[in-house]
Amino acid sequence: MAMSWIWVLMVGASILCGAATGRMEDVAGAALEGANAGVELCLAMVGVMCLWMGVMKVMEKSGMVQGLSRCLHPILSRLYPQHARDREVMGAVSANVAANLLGLGNAATPLGIQAAQRMAKGDGVATDSLCMLVVCNTASIQLIPATVASLRQAAGSASAFDILPAVWIASAVSVTVGIATAKVMAKVWR
Amino acid sequence: MMSMVVPCILLVVTAWGLSRGVDIWAALVEGGSQGLQTAVRMVPTLVGLLCGVYMLRASGALELLEGAVAPVLTWVGIPPETVGLLVVRPISGSAALGLGAELMNTYGPDSLVGRTAAVMLGSTETTFYTVAVYFGAANIHHTRYAIPAALCADAAGFLAASWAVRWLFP
Repeated sequence: MAMSWIWVLMVGASILCGAATGRMEDVAGAALEGANAGVELCLAMVGVMCLWMGVMKVMEKSGMVQGLSRCLHPILSRLYPQHARDREVMGAVSANVAANLLGLGNAATPLGIQAAQRMAKGDGVATDSLCMLVVCNTASIQLIPATVASLRQAAGSASAFDILPAVWIASAVSVTVGIATAKVMAKVWR
Repeated sequence: MMSMVVPCILLVVTAWGLSRGVDIWAALVEGGSQGLQTAVRMVPTLVGLLCGVYMLRASGALELLEGAVAPVLTWVGIPPETVGLLVVRPISGSAALGLGAELMNTYGPDSLVGRTAAVMLGSTETTFYTVAVYFGAANIHHTRYAIPAALCADAAGFLAASWAVRWLFP
């Protein structure tokens, strides 16, 4: 629904503005030009996207998620103290984080949902652990942002992956702020 | 340095897969066909979104909006050209990708604006979609502080993306 309102806003604002500045002809041309650009963008991205999704499939099948999730277990049991002894929750959560780190969104979501369903108490109110799980999943922690890299490649970047350190810094800051905010809010927001 | 990243990842993943007895080629092809489907599914969203953005730009409305928020964004260190991305990023993933691509094409992928847009896209998620999926699956109606905390994380990500790009690519 939100995107419908954004669409209405975009079209309304351009028509109003175009009429006010007398650029209606440009606006009409731009609408069709934009539609073409959408298709061209997808075509330009397809190659790199296919390659990375292939690489990710190999990661998934070779058990990289399980390996990484074992390393993450000690950290995560501190983030979810209420469930530190619950093997099923901790297993699902660490596999969820591992899959997110590797960029396997399709594998991460079902694992996260499995953990969320176990954490829910059944009264429809989010527990602190549930809020933490959601906040951690809304803050992207991918090690290799493959889709963005394919976008940069499509736009003709000289080195599509040179943003990696910046992405890691920004992700780390975002996750840290998310976790800290959730921890603080848990104390005051009942 | 960074040119080693892609070959190294390919090497490590291939070696790991081989040691675990995975049919690497079959997995590559299977994943690739999923990638193709994802790209095809994105076409309608991108067509609609870029149509809207091109109209906004041609009409001069985008410049007006940028001009209005520029002082605030510049003051905190965010390039004002990315204002659309800040709004759309938490709501729709493919729409945000479309906006990011548009910024990269207009300003160049290796420019300050292009790089900042890319880092913003790579370091944040589609917040509202994720919240809906998780709480929907767990049957939660009262979400307490989850959305405000997640949006704080997004805002921190946007700021950090702008600062990191300024710092690492002077």
